[in-house]
Formats: sequence, C-alpha cells, structure tokens
Amino acid sequence: MQDLLDPRSLVSADYADGSIYSNPALYDMEMDRIFMHNWIWVAHRSDLPEPGNFITTFVGPHPVIVSRDRKGDVHVLLNRCRHRGATVCEHKSGKGASFVCPYHGWAYGLDGALRGVPHQEGYSGQLDKAEYPLVSLRVEEYNGLIFATFDQSIMSLDAWLGRAKPWIDLFMKQGAGWPVKTMGEHRFTFPGNWKIQLENTTDAYHFPIVHKSFLDAVDEETQNTFDFVGGEGFVEDLGHGHSVMVMIPDLVDLEDNLDAPVPDRFLELAEELSKDYPPEKVRQIVRAVGGTGFNLNLFPNLACSMAFFRVLRPLSVNETEIRHIAIGMDGGPECANEARLRLHELFQGPMGFGTPDDAEAWDRVQRGSLAGRDIAILLNRGLGHEAKREDGNLFSDVSAETGMRAAYRQWLAAMTDEAAAAEIGV
Amino acid sequence: MTITLNEAIELITLEADMLDHGEFREWLKLYTEDGLYAVPIDPDAKVEDLEKILNYAYDNAEMREKRVERLLGGRSISAAPPARTVRLLSRYRMLETGTGSCTLRCAQFLTELRQGRERYYAANVTFRLKKMEERFCIDQKIVRLLTSTEALTAVSYIL
Ligand code: FES
Ligand SMILES: [Fe+2]
Repeated sequence: MQDLLDPRSLVSADYADGSIYSNPALYDMEMDRIFMHNWIWVAHRSDLPEPGNFITTFVGPHPVIVSRDRKGDVHVLLNRCRHRGATVCEHKSGKGASFVCPYHGWAYGLDGALRGVPHQEGYSGQLDKAEYPLVSLRVEEYNGLIFATFDQSIMSLDAWLGRAKPWIDLFMKQGAGWPVKTMGEHRFTFPGNWKIQLENTTDAYHFPIVHKSFLDAVDEETQNTFDFVGGEGFVEDLGHGHSVMVMIPDLVDLEDNLDAPVPDRFLELAEELSKDYPPEKVRQIVRAVGGTGFNLNLFPNLACSMAFFRVLRPLSVNETEIRHIAIGMDGGPECANEARLRLHELFQGPMGFGTPDDAEAWDRVQRGSLAGRDIAILLNRGLGHEAKREDGNLFSDVSAETGMRAAYRQWLAAMTDEAAAAEIGV
Repeated sequence: MTITLNEAIELITLEADMLDHGEFREWLKLYTEDGLYAVPIDPDAKVEDLEKILNYAYDNAEMREKRVERLLGGRSISAAPPARTVRLLSRYRMLETGTGSCTLRCAQFLTELRQGRERYYAANVTFRLKKMEERFCIDQKIVRLLTSTEALTAVSYIL
C-alpha cells in the first residue's frame, strides 16, 4: 500500500516544511518508524542499583518496566498483562520480587516470566505459562546508559552509538572518579512537537538571546564562559542522527587543565573540599561539579547536556514531556553533589532561570509554525563553512545547525525506509 | 510573646497579596535574612533534608533576590510580562507556637493566566514565622504542590 504522506516531501538537506510539527499522520508514522525501530534511552544504570530494583517509563507511547533481575540482568518489559491488558505496575520505581496484576492476579517475575495464574485449572490445561511472559524488548547498555528497542533486526547499540561513544565517555567524567548517579529530575511538558526540543539541545544560537535573564543572574566570569556564540566551539555530526555541540572547548575533557585556577564561584566549595581531599583531587571534583562544555545529542530521545540528562517523550503531535535529570558522583562528597543540585535548580526545571524561557520559545515555534502553508523552517545556518574531518564527520561553527541537519537526515532515513536503520553504517 | 493565629494570617495574606500584585521588592523584605523559600519535589522530604535533594526551588536570600530581578528585569521571555496570578489561602492550622515564633500550615489555590491559558496549582504551604524586633517575618515558606511529582509546566513567577 502506498503511504498518503511522503516524508521526503517535507524535509530536505537544509530546510523542513512547517507542518512537520503539527501533522498528526506524520506523528503516527514517527511513533512507529522512529520510536519502534531505533534504540530508545530508558534508564541510567544507577536507577536500578540492585537486583529487584525497577522503574516504570515509556518507549515512545508504550509503557514499560525496566527491571534488574536476581542475576543482575536488566529487562525492559511492556507494562501490559498478558491476560487482558492491564498495567501490572504503577509505581515510578521500587524494589520487589514480582509484578502481580491487580485485575485477576497473574504474577510475573522480574524477568517477565509468568509465574502464577490464580485458579489455573479453569483453563483445563490449555494455558502454557511459558507462552505468556510480559513482552520483552531488546536491551543493551553503554557506559551506564540503558537503551531498548522493539526491533530485533537493527544494529547493535555499540554500532548505533558509534562515533558518539567517546563523547559519552567524556561526559561521564563528571563522576570525578566516582560512578555517575542520577539525583532526581525536573519533569515538565510544553505544548509543542517533540522535534522542537530535539533541535534545541543542538542550538547554541539561541543561548545569548533566550537566556539573558539567566546570564544576568550569574557572575561575570560565568557570563564570559557562556559567551560562546562566535567563539572557538563547534558542532559535529557523529552519524546516525547523533551530534555534539561543543560550547566551551576548555571543558571537553574534565580531567585536562587540572592546574587551571578554580573559578570564583567555586572557591567556597573548593575550600570545603580541601578539608578532605588533596589539591589535585579538589580541582578534579570542582571541574566535575561545573559540568562539561558540550551537549551530546543522541537520536531520538536523549541528550547528555552539559551537566544533566535531557530526555524527551512525545505525548501527542503537539505536546511533549521533558525530563531534566540531575546527575552527581555516586559516593562522592556530599557538598559537591549539593552544589550540583543547586546549579541544576538555578537553570533547569519549571522554576529555573533557563527552562521556562526555553519552553516559551518552543511554544512560540509551535504556534507560529501553524501560520500559512508551504513555508520553510530553515536549517541552513553554518552550511556555507561546514567542512569534513578526516574521520568523515561534518562540522561547522558552534552556532551552526549541523546537529539539526544530522538529526533530520536520520529522521528521513528512518521514516522512508523501514530497513534503513539496519542498513545505515553497515 | 507568642504569635496569634490572627497575626499569622495577617502576615501570610499580605505576602499572597504582594505576590499577586507584583510587589516583589517589598515581598523580599518580609523574609528573615537567613530565611528559606522552597518548592520541594519529594512530598515526604523533611524541611531539613531539602538541601540534600533536588527541588523546584531552594532559595536563600540571594536566590530570592535574583528571582525577583528576573521577574522585574524584562529580559526573560517567559516573564515579560510575568503571568498574572490569583491565589487563595485557607484552611489555616497552627502546628506549633513558641516564644516569638510559630509554624502554620494552610491550603493555597492559585490560578495563573498567561498567553490566554489558565492553569491551576493547589498546594499545602507551611510557614515558619518569627517575631523580629517590632515586626513579624517569614523565616520559612515551603510550598508543597499537590502535583509536585507530576510533569509541571513553566512557572515563571513565585508560588
Ligand atoms: S488483566 Fe491481568 S490478570 Fe487479568
Ligand atoms: Fe535553552
């Protein structure tokens, strides 16, 4: 059967049609072709520290349970009873040995196996429990990031992340030698399409405009650090829709430049840390507290964004949920983790000094893009001086739209060819 | 000297009225110097533990001042102009009274209007009030949103 809608007519190399944010048929296609056939981030390792731990979340629109079984293996299970479809778990997170459906009491193990069926004799021997486990998705993990997919045929997570992997490793240096752990989250929605948010974490261009009031609230040294548009940074296409935007080149590797002076805003923290740690370690921790100088966008739903994880979830064609997950040092000094939390609160979340202004801008894009017909959304910034690195990565200046072009290229591949995700990079 | 329920209600009603009418600089003066304004996420967290966990807001005097500057500065697109709000306080209960201080809990129902959209936030609010020389001050205001663990929308004003 022919699709009524051809995504190729909506997105090209350097522009997109405004209707990509509001076409419900396109959205349905995305939920299938993108969210069921790519690796979708579901959890961080620290969300499930021990056997028996579980969280509930979503893969696209599908409610899932992410659990760690007694052997320590992670499972991603559809949160849907095999009897008549009820969700089997409504807790955000917890610890237990089984999931018991509240409707008729079918009980499932942490690995999804159907263990118990009340009054099983009523099936006269026609129900084989082995045939009805919770439906399980494919799960793979890289450096603490846990991803799942419905698609058994797509390439391994390792191959999918590919050239993004070294950047994930750099991002995790925020543990300052300790493992990275999640420390709570800000969760909010905005009335707009998910791709508006996907674009934003690779958009340095907006920062000095939208975030004026945040810049007003920080000291001059920090203002200078965040004055990166027109600076030495860059955006680089990492393949498969992933990209990195380096805003502050000095903060790419948090273990470099350890002899650089401690910024004023961290002097107090450094002093407190000095009571327990040698000077070298103090500088490593302080640098880690400030976060990295880059946003790593992993198509389609995760960004490792300077000092936190940004996770998006489409709710409908014109509503998106965003989580800003705080991270810290698992086992690291409490004062340093608290400093991270206060920095997170300063910018992120519904009451931060940054997020509400971002949300306002995205809201405006959704509303404005409804005006007229056949008017392009421009994605061509930085194209004129875009170049290729030796490894083949395209790159351009920090405020270029290279990362958006990378994401839309992958979007198009996934949307136009069901096997595309498997073929790309093979 | 204890603080009576009426004196307490008078102060927190004044605070609510100031916030709804944009008198943010005057609002700052209602707080003690080391006072705390916090909007927690975790509904069960004790006040003394908020410092160790993530909140929507955990404001000392400096942060309160910055929040006010942001609202008045006209440089934030989500707060230029700020949302208009009407908040009602009710269901007052004195939890504790001591010499020169008290802890009071009440209900707050706030309606927000911005860009033609009305939004509502219900909250339990706990105040610790202190008598400072000649006047009463807010030493702690903890706003526990009913929906604190749900997805919120941008709140570019003071709850
Ligand atoms: S729907 Fe789950 S046991 Fe019946
Ligand atoms: Fe932003």
